[in-house]
Order: sequence, then structure tokens, then C-alpha cells
Amino acid sequence: MSQQGYVATPPYSQSQSGMGLSPPLYGHYGDPSHAGAPPGAMKPAGPMGAAPGGVLPPGPPPPGPQQFGQNGAHAQGRPPQRFPGPPPASSAPPSYAPYPPATQSSYPSPLPPASVSQLGRQLDTMHISYGSGMAPPGQGPPGSLSAPSGQGPPPPLQPSILQPGSQVLPPPPTTLNGLGAPPMPPPGPAPPNAQLQPPPLPGQTLGSGFPPQQGNYGPQMPGAQLAYPGGFPGGPAQMAGPPPPQRKLDPDAVPSPIQVIENDRATRGGQVYATSTRGQVPPLVTTDCVVQDQGNASPRYIRCTTYCFPCTADMAKQAQIPLAAVITPFATVPSNETPLYLVNHGEAGPVRCNRCKAYMCPFMQFIEGGRRFQCGFCSCVNEVPPFYFQHLDHVGRRLDHGERPELSLGSYEFVATLDYCRKNKPPNPPAFIFMIDVSYSNIKSGLVRLICEELKTVLERLPREEPEAPSAVRVGFVTYNKVLHFFNVKSNLAQPQMMVVTDVGEVFVPLLDGFLVNYHESQSVIHNLLDQIPEMFADSNENETVFAPVIQAGMEALKAADCPGKLLIFHSSLPTAEAPGKLRNRDDKKLINTDKEKILFQPQTSVYDSLARDCVAHGCCVTLFLFPSQYVDVASLGLVPQLTGGTLYKYNNFQMHLDSQQFLNDLRNDIEKKIGFDAIMRVRTSTGFRATDFFGGIVMNNTTDVEMAAVDCDKAVTVEFKHDDKLSEDSGALIQCAVLYTTIGGQRRLRIHNLALSCSAQLADLYKSCETDTLINFFAKSAFKAVLHQPLKLIREILVNQTSHMLACYRKNCASPSAASQLILPDSMKVLPVYMNSLLKSCVLLSRPDIPTDERAFQRQLVMTMGVGGWRGGAETPRALDSCVCRGPHRHVSVAQSHPVARAERPDRRPWPAGQRVRAPAWCRDHPPPPGGGSASLKPALTPRLPCTVL
Amino acid sequence: MATYLEFIQQNEERDGVRFSWNVWPSSRLEATRMVVPLACLLTPLKERLDLPPVQYEPVLCSRPTCKAILNPLCQVDYRAKLWACNFCFQRNQFPPAYTGISEVNQPAELMPQFSTIEYMIQRGPQSPLVFLYVVDTCLEEEDLQALKESLQMSLSLLPPDALVGLITFGRMVQVHELSCEGISKSYVFRGTKDLTAKQIQDMLGLTKPAMPMQQARPAQPQEHPFVSSRFLQPVHKIDMNLTDLLGELQRDPWPVNQGKRPLRSTGVALSIAVGLLEGTFPNTGARIMLFTGGPPTQGPGMVVGDELKVPIRSWHDIEKDNARFMKKATKHYEMLANRTATNGHCIDIYACALDQTGLLEMKCCANLTGGYMVMGDSFNTSLFKQTFQRIFSKDFNGDFRMAFGATLEVKTSRELKIAGAIGPCVSLNVKGPCVSENELGVGGTSQWKICALDATSTLGIYFEVVNQHNAPIPQGGRGAIQFVTQYQHSSTQRRIRVTTIARNWADAQSQFKHIEAAFDQEAAAVLMARLGVFRAESEEGPDILRWLDRQLIRLCQKFGQYNKEDPTSFRLSDSFSLYPQFMFHLRRSPFLQVFNNSPDESSYYRHHFARQDLTQSLIMIQPILYSYSFHGPPEPVLLDSSSILADRILLMDTFFQIVIYLGETIAQWRKAGYQDMPEYENFKHLLQAPVDDAQEILQARFPMPRYINTEHGGSQARFLLSKVNPSQTHNNLYAWGQETGAPILTDDVSLQVFMDHLKKLAVSSAS
Repeated sequence: MSQQGYVATPPYSQSQSGMGLSPPLYGHYGDPSHAGAPPGAMKPAGPMGAAPGGVLPPGPPPPGPQQFGQNGAHAQGRPPQRFPGPPPASSAPPSYAPYPPATQSSYPSPLPPASVSQLGRQLDTMHISYGSGMAPPGQGPPGSLSAPSGQGPPPPLQPSILQPGSQVLPPPPTTLNGLGAPPMPPPGPAPPNAQLQPPPLPGQTLGSGFPPQQGNYGPQMPGAQLAYPGGFPGGPAQMAGPPPPQRKLDPDAVPSPIQVIENDRATRGGQVYATSTRGQVPPLVTTDCVVQDQGNASPRYIRCTTYCFPCTADMAKQAQIPLAAVITPFATVPSNETPLYLVNHGEAGPVRCNRCKAYMCPFMQFIEGGRRFQCGFCSCVNEVPPFYFQHLDHVGRRLDHGERPELSLGSYEFVATLDYCRKNKPPNPPAFIFMIDVSYSNIKSGLVRLICEELKTVLERLPREEPEAPSAVRVGFVTYNKVLHFFNVKSNLAQPQMMVVTDVGEVFVPLLDGFLVNYHESQSVIHNLLDQIPEMFADSNENETVFAPVIQAGMEALKAADCPGKLLIFHSSLPTAEAPGKLRNRDDKKLINTDKEKILFQPQTSVYDSLARDCVAHGCCVTLFLFPSQYVDVASLGLVPQLTGGTLYKYNNFQMHLDSQQFLNDLRNDIEKKIGFDAIMRVRTSTGFRATDFFGGIVMNNTTDVEMAAVDCDKAVTVEFKHDDKLSEDSGALIQCAVLYTTIGGQRRLRIHNLALSCSAQLADLYKSCETDTLINFFAKSAFKAVLHQPLKLIREILVNQTSHMLACYRKNCASPSAASQLILPDSMKVLPVYMNSLLKSCVLLSRPDIPTDERAFQRQLVMTMGVGGWRGGAETPRALDSCVCRGPHRHVSVAQSHPVARAERPDRRPWPAGQRVRAPAWCRDHPPPPGGGSASLKPALTPRLPCTVL
Repeated sequence: MATYLEFIQQNEERDGVRFSWNVWPSSRLEATRMVVPLACLLTPLKERLDLPPVQYEPVLCSRPTCKAILNPLCQVDYRAKLWACNFCFQRNQFPPAYTGISEVNQPAELMPQFSTIEYMIQRGPQSPLVFLYVVDTCLEEEDLQALKESLQMSLSLLPPDALVGLITFGRMVQVHELSCEGISKSYVFRGTKDLTAKQIQDMLGLTKPAMPMQQARPAQPQEHPFVSSRFLQPVHKIDMNLTDLLGELQRDPWPVNQGKRPLRSTGVALSIAVGLLEGTFPNTGARIMLFTGGPPTQGPGMVVGDELKVPIRSWHDIEKDNARFMKKATKHYEMLANRTATNGHCIDIYACALDQTGLLEMKCCANLTGGYMVMGDSFNTSLFKQTFQRIFSKDFNGDFRMAFGATLEVKTSRELKIAGAIGPCVSLNVKGPCVSENELGVGGTSQWKICALDATSTLGIYFEVVNQHNAPIPQGGRGAIQFVTQYQHSSTQRRIRVTTIARNWADAQSQFKHIEAAFDQEAAAVLMARLGVFRAESEEGPDILRWLDRQLIRLCQKFGQYNKEDPTSFRLSDSFSLYPQFMFHLRRSPFLQVFNNSPDESSYYRHHFARQDLTQSLIMIQPILYSYSFHGPPEPVLLDSSSILADRILLMDTFFQIVIYLGETIAQWRKAGYQDMPEYENFKHLLQAPVDDAQEILQARFPMPRYINTEHGGSQARFLLSKVNPSQTHNNLYAWGQETGAPILTDDVSLQVFMDHLKKLAVSSAS
């Protein structure tokens, strides 16, 4: 097959050989496992009949569901909890206690009997498809383990059956529109879980053939019913009637992400999640719990696609589950969690392994009475430096184990010595430079005045390091149209001085002293300036702007001042003035659906790429606020913000009365948020595997050092791992991520995050420990990265194929035998097909001419630096990526209609009746309006904008 | 001979012209045998009180190749209303306005006393004068403060409607926009990047008539098309603004590390100034006034790097070809100077620093455009302050003593051709029948541009006699030369000054005595010196000295009276008697000797030598020495070490320096305080007399000389000792210990030795 890797990752590339075969699995809809799970309430609706073997026994005993929930990954909500009603449910939770790692699984204990009973039914139930299949092996009863293996039989069948399915696959994207519309099953009160409609002719029914439909819980829940007061009348009707199943997919049968989220929240929300255990799967990002660092980094900092790595490369190849971690090194932690401890070893600096240079961490083993330590990553034995010596206790732990964060915690910070500083000089505190486009349109729209007014307030709230009262951040001001105006706002001046730089071809900084100033010292001059700027350009009728020189100027200013910093650029138009980085309007809808479509995502000139690299080299982060009224070539303009760890905000057709609030919130938030500058990240791993690929707002000049001009609490770096040897189940897989950075107060520090993962030779363990959110985050990023180089059609195919391969592998190796037509989903990946479908419909991957090119580029770039969940400390944590992806089906339709004209319309609202929104995952509510959209967000303030807005 | 001296003086006063020969040898061959070329020093705008205001335009000869202007030498047929051109002999009709002409009713231009006449042209736009200050900000605080004050003061001296602009430079170059309210605005340029005029104008927004950024100044543009530039504004409008702006001027804010020179972008700053004026006010009178306190250290035109450990080039380096940046920098400034000259603007350089400032490289900016060059130690000295103030001095009419954009055209009768000119001018490359192929100075043209000139600006103009020996000129024939100077008067009016002179031809064989007697040795000395200095710019010093010596020997051979091989018989007539002495001092002068002078100083001296009038030039060649004593009134004495006596006070004027030197005894008396005792009041007066005289000179001269008051044994006495003829040195013992002056510790030859040698060579039949 041709889908060679747009992704460098092994799973993809490896998949190809197998792919042809595997996809077939697809054709069958296994009923979503939980179909079986549903509590008694669920009646297997007739539809299951369709499945050859898979008729759900209508009456899985009440206990069934419980087990079911337990079997599933933690993440999965357990029905019991959700339903207050069923008594058994209440009994279930207790079972939650983690198991001692007898096997590797730290799974909550199911009710053994139940599992047994399930096993018995594996063949015919949908349990199998979703966590249930896993459960047996995980739970360890030998018998259960064998069972899955016993399922072997299906595999042989698969190929033949699957074939049709595979053919089907490619088309999905196009068909999706019709199909997947409601990712959420319309819940009929009545209908239980869904069953899958028969797979009748999998190949032919394209739409139906698609994964999205797994049974889901949602409908069953009372809550859910409430959520859709209006209900989808059709739903029940369908259910009621004898399914016309043949072709149609029963929406109810699709696993509901909402349900999954709710379940997880119900089970694990509000609890304390301690990170003591290796390889445990954390709660979903949407679940609000208190993380306690007991030796592994909080999932807020690192989340992995799977918490159990396959022992061998072959296994990894077989499963094709990407091995990756999404690292948000500066993630915000809620106030009820302990902030990172700061370790200061004085001049000696942090203790490190001599060979691999890993930093002291809980994985270091002290030996020989504490005189030496063995590195957990490379096994090198190092001398303990004299100042660091400490005796060991009877279990071989240092006596000061509890007193030293680096010995007992997963995340902590070191004070860096001068060796870690540029030119061996302590860094200067960072500076913020505000660069305002004062061309005609911005003046006319009142934007310039708005910004200037707002800056007076915002500047009072510059970020600071806790102990210092005044912020150390210096500020500077630049305005520009086709030339640049720098301002001297030195405190001893009576009035600001303006210096015009017209040499945009080779821009430079005209002044040093007086450009970057302390806000408080120069307050009156700055206010004077901010008052004057709108007046000064009031008569301007300059329409042309430059862009690259603006960034260049900001960077040069920081370079001259020898400090890192952030440029906040407020820009509105395509930079057409004669200067480096000049752009032309190259938006060409004709390219869509051709091999050249990728050009639309590539920057127009190489100027921006080299500029971005320069910026990173000098610790210059660029945040761009865009106010376009037409095509501005986001793919080019956004490149520097993306690569320098900045953020791109976009407000289509900005109108003062509608959008200013949103913009101001974004601005305040962006200025105040936690951020580190001039960062270098290094990910070290224990032997047997290594980090091979990195995505995010980064620049890499070699294969290991991830350079970031700045990294803030919303920015994540995705790291992909590859085997280079066998991993042992005993030692597991260790990851240490070290970020060297400059704080907002100008201190050089090292932030260390450690995470231990389990390893297993059992595929089942692997599947059991997967984390769908992270997986889809990874898939999205790798696909969006590939968009630059590969035809979209191919990318879509690869995504589908890999998904199906993963599922097929599961079915083949882990699930109990079931009917060939049944789709079997591991519990941990229950909603993966839904998400994948949504991803395929994200406007980036959807090649439709009615989606503005800028919008696609915007989303693509946004997703590239996005964390799994964007834990924002609130109870409702938006799941940025998921929501972005999930909502594709709904939104793109409406966007197509509304954009850019019908701004007031909020397409994403319609599918979600009001009641639902309240309880639904945060992405519904927290999302600010679409960039171009109205301000009618429910919770407009304070939330950063998320990509979903466009979808 | 008194007649000739009177004649010469009278001519100089009337026409501002001094010829080396006042009777001209009538053939090429004879002329070349005269050694000193036929040439003149012309002061085109020599101040004259008695010129009539002629408010009409001159009448031109109708022959297209001639176009000579009607003058008193023309033959006029009053009845036929015709006049014959005395250059091409074309007969021309008088224009209609001259119908009333008759013998008794002559227009001024036909009257013999108006051989020099000035026409005031009424037509044409009157564009205001432009003054563009280009100010170095890499100065010491004290210097900058003094400079700022001088500039602020100058605003009150400028004509109110003159346009003024400000460019400051250091590491960057800032062009200040004047007339901004609320915020001071400037355009900034990188100091390392040279820009074309077009780029500069683009970047300053001068190419579009209405710049968007421009503050609204309605109706102004219509009122005067030129005023549209935001960077040049009438003084009366932005007087206050600019005063404040200058007041707020800060030192260049970029840090200068230990062991470094400040980065100074003089080259780019000048380039921008030139480009700015080029785009806005081409061909109107404009002064770019560069104030710099150090050498350009970066960008085009850099003279030295910013490492202090690498000193700026010396003559030694230049001889060794070790001056890395010199050629490139010189080229840059030459290019700028030529552009400026083309636009009719001028560049003044005010360089005040203890070390060199790169005048060597920048000299052409002033030399080619007629700008001033002023060199001082600091802006905080009266030398600079007074000099700067004097630029804005006014004449008896209340007009500024400066004129702009002049074109000098020379026309000759057909026996003569023009060989070239030396002075603050550039060639306009106008070929014509009267242009010689042999160039002396800037030749190959009959027209030169003098972008800025004042009442003392003087050009040396060299001619060639082309009449062949076998085509004798009839007895009593006269050769004529007409100098036509068109210029913009400081009142912005255009004027044309016409000088027409005629001299007799004489046959060198039969009328040798006439020619000899009509020799103007002062003019000849200066003209030869100019030739020498002109050549010194491009040739090695020793070559020029040899050339000068050879010319002198040849002259002596030609005009001396002697018996062969008998030096003691050698005599020179009165009209030549001083000439060898001038040459002796010229050889020792800083114009030809670079020893003990930095390249900048040499450039500075040469600059002034090439533009001052005859009197000043002579002072430069041979300084004047006055002696004050109780024995009588002050008297000029020989510039000789024998004049240095213990009981005398000496006052020496070298043009660049005024030195008062107290003899040994006088110094002791003063030290003893006799001047404060009432009974010795006469001593007090004696002390005061040279000081008063010096003040008089200081007041009158531009640029203001360095004033040195020293005494016997003082370190500053070196200025005197280096100038006087070393007739007594440690080597010639006969004078040792006698009461006849002070020995000079030098190996230089004395005038006596020089003359002896000269005589020997002159009478030798070998050479």
C-alpha cells in the first residue's frame, strides 16, 4: 500500500505490510462491548441480532455491567456510579482498590466471578469488544488468560471478512458527513446500548462500516436523558422499530465520549491520585482529581499513549500502537496541589549521572552504603559527590529520602549554575515587546485604541516571580505599518520619542537605552505614549504592512538587550509591503483535493522558517494576535509563533462591540500566564528505547535537544519513542524530561519530570494501559504534521488503516473469539474510533473548498502545540484536542455556512441543547466562540481559546 | 616700478584679479620660457562698495559659441546701435531696451570703471536658503553641551525664512522630523549601510507628495512647493521646537566598551544629508554643516576601526600603504562631494577633537563644494564658537557673507586658452574653443561650479598663450579675459557678476623689460604654490619640492643678471627680489611638508590655502612677524631667528596661529610684576600692544586662528621657532653667544644657505 509513512513512526511504517490484512476487522461492528455492560436497564435492542454471533443476550445479569466497568480501563466510567439507582453500582466502587502489582496490572479488581461469567459469554457479547476482552488477561486468572488466546479462531476468519472492510476504509472521510453527524448517540431513553447494526455488507455501507458506532452508554443514563431534553425523537423510533439495521448504523450503538468522560469523572473525580505506582493509567484529563506526586510526574505534566510498553520492538510493531508521551512541562497545577519544589545545590549544581547525564531522581539506586549510585537510565555506577553523601537505611534508601525532593518526587526543579547559562552569564529577566499594527484598518476599527487602553491595565499585571513584589519584566513598544516606529520611553523623558525605521529590508534596533524599560519607573511616559499612539496615526491612510521585519526588529531588540522575551504582535493584514517576508494572496481553492493541497499549509517563503530559528536561538517568543478581514496566509504568518512557542490568536472580522471582550481576555491571559524562556528540553529514557521524534512549538538543531524560545502552561511537546532493544518487565521503562529555562524573574532553572512505565510481553497489557486521549492527540499531531508533506487523501487512509490495525491486532490477540462481523474495541480505546472519525473530519483533514484556508492552517498550527487536556485548574477541563476533533462533524457544516459572514451563529451550539451543555464536557462550555464567531460564549472570560472554535 | 605696483593694486581692488604677468608674452614659446605660467588669482565676489545696482540682465554676444557679455572693452557703434564682441568680433545689435544709447548716455556696463559689474536677475523662483545640521552625538558631555548651545544660538542668526534641518548621528543616524507636537519623531538609519539617494528618499517618504504619516499641514504645500519636507522647516516656525529638540539631545546611548572608540556613522549621516537635500532642494543654496568630534568608525566612510589600540592612520602609515580604510573612505566622500556639487549644495566640516577626525578622507567634501573646514580641539573653545558665529556674519548691506551655487565661466580672446583652475570648485566639463588641452589644476573646461563662496573665496586660474611665434600680434594689441560668475546671493536673489580685463601683449625679445617689470611676484608665488599644493594631493612630497626648485632655478636663470659661473654676480630685479624667499618659506610650509603634521592637519592647511585670497595666502606662505619694543613703534621684522631678541615682544601671524612671544628679558620683567607698578606703566602698555593687535586680527579672520601667548623658553614657543628662518643654529658657531637672536636647534637649511645654493645653480651653465 502506498501509505508510507507520513509519520516517521514505526507503527505507521510497519503497519503497511500488515495493513492490507488487518483493516478487515473493521467491517464488523462488534457491539461495543459495553453493550453488554449496560446495566440491566439496557436491553439489547433488537439490532444485535444482526450480528452473526453477536446477539446480545438481553439479559446480562446486573453484575455484568459492573464488572465490565471495572474491567475497563480506569478511565471508563462505570455505569454503576453513574446510575445512582442501581444498588449494585454502589458496591462496585469499593472494588477499586488497586491491585498490588502481582501481575503488572494495577487494575482495580473486578469481581472475579463476574469476569468469569463474562468470559463465558465472550463469544456472543459485545463485552468482548470493549474492556471486557481485556479484563480477563489483566486480571490474571490463568483461565482467563487462556481464554483470549483461545479466541484465536477468529483471526483466520478475519482476513477474508475483512477484506471488504479494508476497501471501504479509504472513503470514510468523505462519507462522514452524512454519517457521523452525531457522535453522541442520540439517546433514547429506551434504547439500551447500542448495538451495532449488523454489519451486513460492510464493504458497501460505507458509512456504517465506520467505527464510530460502538455502543455507548450514554443513552442509558438518566443523566443523559436529561441532557437531551429534546431528545432525538428519531432515536427511540429507530430502536423501537425493528431495525432497518441493514445499512444504517444505530447511533446509539456508538460509544459516547461524553459517557466515557462522565464515567471516569464519576469514578475517579474528586479523589486523590497518587503517582506512586509504575505504569498506572491516570484519570482522564477531564476528571478533576488531586494528584499527589509520589515519585512519578503528575499526568498534568506527562501523559502517555500507553502506560505499559511492549517489551520488544516486534510486539510494538504488531500492535502498532504509537508509543508516545505528551509533555506539558509547565502545566498549571491547581492550588490544592503542591507546586514544584526548588532544589538548590549551590555551586555544585545538580547531581547527574556521569555517563548519560540524567539528573538525580527517584530512579537512581544508592548502593555501597550510599557512596555510589547506579543510574536507572544507563545503569552506570557513579560516585556520590561528598557534599551529597548520606547513609542508607535498612531498605537501602537514603536517610534523607523524604527531605530531598529529587529523591522522592516525580517533578521538581533545580537551580541551574552558570554552566547552564548562555555565555556563562546569569540571564537577564525577560522583556515583553508590544508591537502594534497601526495601518489604516486597525486605526479605523478602533483596535489600536482598544489595545492601547488595555495595555495600561495589563501592564500592571505583568507576571512576576513570587517573592519579588515588582515584576522584573521590562516592556517595550513598537508600532508599524510599512515602516517601524520604536519608542523611547525612558523614565527621565518628558515625552516619549519616536524613532522611525524605514529600512525594512534590513531592519535593526535604533535604540537600546530607553526602549526596554521597567513599567513602574516609566509609567507616566508609557501612559503618555499609549494615549498618543491612536492620535498620532489617526490620519494615517497606510494600508500596506510588513511582518517579518517586525519580528526581526523585536528579536534584534532582545538580542541587543541580551535577554529573552516575548513579542506580542497585533496584526491584521497580509504583509504586502516590499520587505523580506512579503506575501501575496495565494489562496487557491483549486488545489483542494489535489496532491498540491499541502502547499496551502506550507509557508509561502522560507524567510519565516529561518526567522523562527533565529528567534529560538535568541529566546524570542512570538505571540500573534491576528485580526484578519480576509485571507492573510496564516500558514506563513503563524509559523514563527508556532515554532517559537508562542500562541496564535485569530479574530476574524474583528468588531469592537462583539469581539473585544474575548480579545481582551485572551490578551490578559496570555500576558499573565506562567511561562519559561529560552528553554532546552532533553528527554532521557532507560535503555531499550529512546525518543525519536518530537512535535510541538520547538526547533531542533540535533536529534536530542529540543529548543524552545519559550514554553508556557498551555504548550506541550509530543515525544515519540522507539525500541532499540528489549525492555524488561522488571525494570520497566523510565522517562526523564529535563527542561532548562529562564524564569520570568531571570533565574536559570532546570525542571525535571520523571515517569516510570511498566513493560509487558503481553499485548493485552498494552491495550489495557492505553490512553485514548493521548493517542488521539498523537495521531492528530502526526497527521497534521504530515499535512505539510503528504496528500491529505493518503493521510486519511493511513489514519484509518492504523486505527483498524490496532483494533484488529487486539481482536486477534486479546479478544475472545467473536463473530467476524463484530467490531471489538478494547476498553481503553472504546472511543478511539469516534475520535478518529472526528479527527478525519477536522477541517484540516477535510478537503472542502468551503472551509477557509486560513482556518485550516490556524487549526493545524494550534493543535501542534496542544496538550492532551489543557488542565486549566477548573473543574471543567476542556479537552481541547478532543473537542476540536470530536465536533468536526457538526461544526464543519455550519462553519461552512456561517463563515465568515454569519459570525453570530455558533454552530456548535445547535447540536447541544442547553441542558446538556451544563453537564457535558467542558469543551462545550469553555470554548470561546469561534475566532470569527460571536462572543456568545457561555463562559467567555478567562478561558483561552481553543481550536474547536472553528469546527 | 611704482606704477606697476599701483596698477596691480588698483586692478585688484576693482576687479579682484591678480595676474602673475601683467604684460603678456605674445607667443606660446616665449610664454613657456617665462617659467611662471600666465595665471591669475580671481576673487569673484570681492566685496565692493561702489557697484551700481544693475537690475537688468546682461547683453550677450549673439554667437552661440561665444556669448560673451557686453563690456567696456567692446567697440560700440552708437549710431548703428551695434557693438562688436571683443572676444569673437561678432557684431551684435543692441536689444530694444538700449535704443536710447549714445556716447553720453551709456549703460553702466560700458563704462570703463565698471569693468566689474553685477547684474541682479529678477526672474526665477526664489528658494530659501537651507541649513542642515549634521551633529555627532558621540561627544563628551561638555563638548556636546557647548555644541548644542552654539547650534541653538545659530538659530537666531539664521535668516527667518531659511529652512533648517537636523540630523544626528552616532551608532545610528537619526533624521529628525521637525514640527511634531507631543512627541519627538525621528527617522533612524543603520550606520553601517550605505543607501542610494533613491532609497533614502523612499525611506524618508520624500518620493510621494503626501506622506500618510505626515501631520496635516493644510495649504502649506501650495504656498510653497518646497516646504513639503517635514525635515526642513522655516526657522521662524520651528525655532522653539528645534531649540527644545537640541536641548534634549543626548549623547549617543549605545554603550562604548573599554578600549573602544564610539561607533560613529559619519559616512552614512553625510550620505543621508546629501540624499535628503538632493531629493528636496536640488540646485538651491544649501549648507550641510557637519559637526563631528571624532573619526568615522563604522560603515561606509569609516576611517579607523573602533579598537582604540589601533591608532588612526598617520603619514607614516600612508607612505607605507598601511592605511586600511583610507582609499575606500576617500572614495565614499568623494562620491558624496561630487553629488553634492552637482546639486549645488555645500558641505561644511567642523571637526573638533584632540585626535584626528578623518579630515584627510573627508576633505573633498569641503574642497569640492566650497564648504568650510574648521578644525579645533573642542567645541567648547572660543575658536569654534567664534568661528561658527562668524559664518553668519553680515556685510554692510545686512546680507550674509555667503553665496551659493555659483558658476564661473571664463572667456578669453583667441590668443589665450584656459588651462585650468585651482580652488574650491568642480569642473562643469564645458569644452569650448578656449579650453586648452594642457591641464593645470582642474582643467578641460571653461566653466566651474563653486557651490558656496564668500567675499574672500579665491580661485587660481591658469592660462596658456597659444599665439604662435610666427604670427605676431600687432603692437598695442591687448588680450582680454572675461569672468562671468552667476550665483545665488544670500538674499536668495540670483546675480551675475562680470569682470572683463585686458592686458597688453608684448614681444618677449624686444620688450623683455616690460614683461619683467610687470611680473607680480606675490601673485606668482601664490599661484605657483597652489600648483604645488594641488600636485601634493596626488604626488610624493620630495617630487614636488624638486619641481619647485627646478622652476625657481629656471626663473632665476631667465630673469637673473649674472655672469656665468659666478654666484656672487647674481642679481634679481626688484620685481623678482622677494620671490626666492617666498619659495624658501613655501618649501618649509605645512602645505608641502608633512613632517610634524598629521594627515588631517595637512588637509586642513591645504584646504584653506586653496581658497584664501592673495594676502592671506602670502601670510600662510611666509608668516608676518612684528616686533614690539621700547625703541619705537612696532615694526615688521625678518622672519628670522635673528629677530628673536631678549628685549622684544614678537607677534607672529601664520594665518592659522597668532603667536605672541615675549623675549627673555621681557618675560622676566613680567614675571617680576613690573607691569603692575604705576611707575612702569609704559611696560604695561608695551605688553598690551601686541595683545590688542592680535585681537584685531582674531576678530577679522575666518576661521579664527589659534591664539598663543607664550614667552622665551615656553613650550608653545615652538610655533614661532619652527617658522623662523634658522639663520642661527647650533651648527653655525659664528653667531653663537652673540647678541643677535636665538639659535634654533634644527638641521634645516637657512635662507642664506638656500640662496647661496640657488645662486650657484642659477649661474651654473651645467643645468
